[in-house]
Amino acid sequence: MRLTCTVNGKTEVIDDIWPGESLLYVLRERMGLPGAKNACEQGECGSCSVHIDGVLVCACLVAAGQVEGAQIQTVEGLAGATELHPVQQAYLDAGAVQCGFCTPGLIVATVDLLDKNSDPTDNEIREALAGNLCRCTGYAKILDAVRLAAARLEKTGKA
Amino acid sequence: MDFFRPTSLADALKLKSAHPLALCINGGTDVMVELNFDRKRPETLLDLSAVTELNQWSEAGDSIVLGAGVTYSRIQTELHAQLPGLAMASRTVGSLQIRNRGGVGGNLGSASPAGDAHPALLATGATVNVSSVRGGRSIDIHEYFIAPKKSALDPDEIIISITIPKARGGQQYSKIGTRNAMVIAVCSFGLAIDLQTRKVGTGIGSAGPTPLRAVEAEAFAASHLDWEKGAALAPELLAEFGALVSAASRPIDDIRGTAAYRRHTLSVIAARSLKWAWTSTNEFRST
Repeated sequence: MRLTCTVNGKTEVIDDIWPGESLLYVLRERMGLPGAKNACEQGECGSCSVHIDGVLVCACLVAAGQVEGAQIQTVEGLAGATELHPVQQAYLDAGAVQCGFCTPGLIVATVDLLDKNSDPTDNEIREALAGNLCRCTGYAKILDAVRLAAARLEKTGKA
Repeated sequence: MDFFRPTSLADALKLKSAHPLALCINGGTDVMVELNFDRKRPETLLDLSAVTELNQWSEAGDSIVLGAGVTYSRIQTELHAQLPGLAMASRTVGSLQIRNRGGVGGNLGSASPAGDAHPALLATGATVNVSSVRGGRSIDIHEYFIAPKKSALDPDEIIISITIPKARGGQQYSKIGTRNAMVIAVCSFGLAIDLQTRKVGTGIGSAGPTPLRAVEAEAFAASHLDWEKGAALAPELLAEFGALVSAASRPIDDIRGTAAYRRHTLSVIAARSLKWAWTSTNEFRST
């Protein structure tokens, strides 16, 4: 099966797709985009979070054929040519990264949150990131990173 | 494996008739887990996510006709006023990522006794609208669940929509789990009070082979509520309601909890739900 979709702004045509494979498999194994991580394969951990047509989803729970014609945004599409996305920079500066495995998913979910809500309360942050598991940090630094990113985006008027 | 992605309902029904063993997929939050873990290898995958008719909702008199694929996220934001019980249930589903994909049609398709939407649908007396090339039919939600993961749906049928009466009284939904997100219910309970018909509807999740209704508890509440003036409920009445709901459950011991724990929590959440829903019923009284 052939799949045509847009990934991070670029039109991609991928051949020989098995219809039952996930979007996550397509991204990682067929397109060489390893940012979305493969962990639970059942939507529990959020490590594979990406946007499809602007909607935050787990790439492991989307069948490849379902994204025909869709616009997909992965963590690889966030940074500019020379600068990280403000959310990525905030995760670094706040020390919110330990082993780093959950980080891409958390960053994508944080971008999703701050796009909709530029000044979230702690409860709103916890609710928005509840689908992303981290086994290292205990989440305190992650919450710091989200608050830092929100404050910086507010200042630059980008949110 | 064949993969079909119809864009019209007529095409979807034709495909399902030609391939009755095809597994329907929309949000994928259940189906993809089965595929990823090799638990299912269907010959055919029938993707319904591009069928517009299945992914919208409309008003029809006193009811909402909810397309099978309308996501939980949309139910939360667009239908919380008309369907408060189902919106509360939707909030408890998985995580944002799951709620952005999953919908009630898939919940009904899986027909798990733990499905989060089921108690809310049972409480409101919803109707499941299904269709095939042979024609359409509507199934009373109380006759929909047959056995664990088995429903009244025929192999050539597709779930089109669910007709749910708009709230005419307070509604509540409670779910017991180990944390606030990403939880399969240990048990759950839905309640809907109808001020107009003076009836109380219930739904019990994850405490029996199918989602269940607490018929005696419903009758007890309906005959003891002060429908005229909405007087506050005595603790004894709430406790009796909780006991009757608990008695209607048929739980087992499993990995998520024991039968005894489920019976106990049901009696607690049922009593609380009635108290809260009765209080919010006053808002319907004044309008």
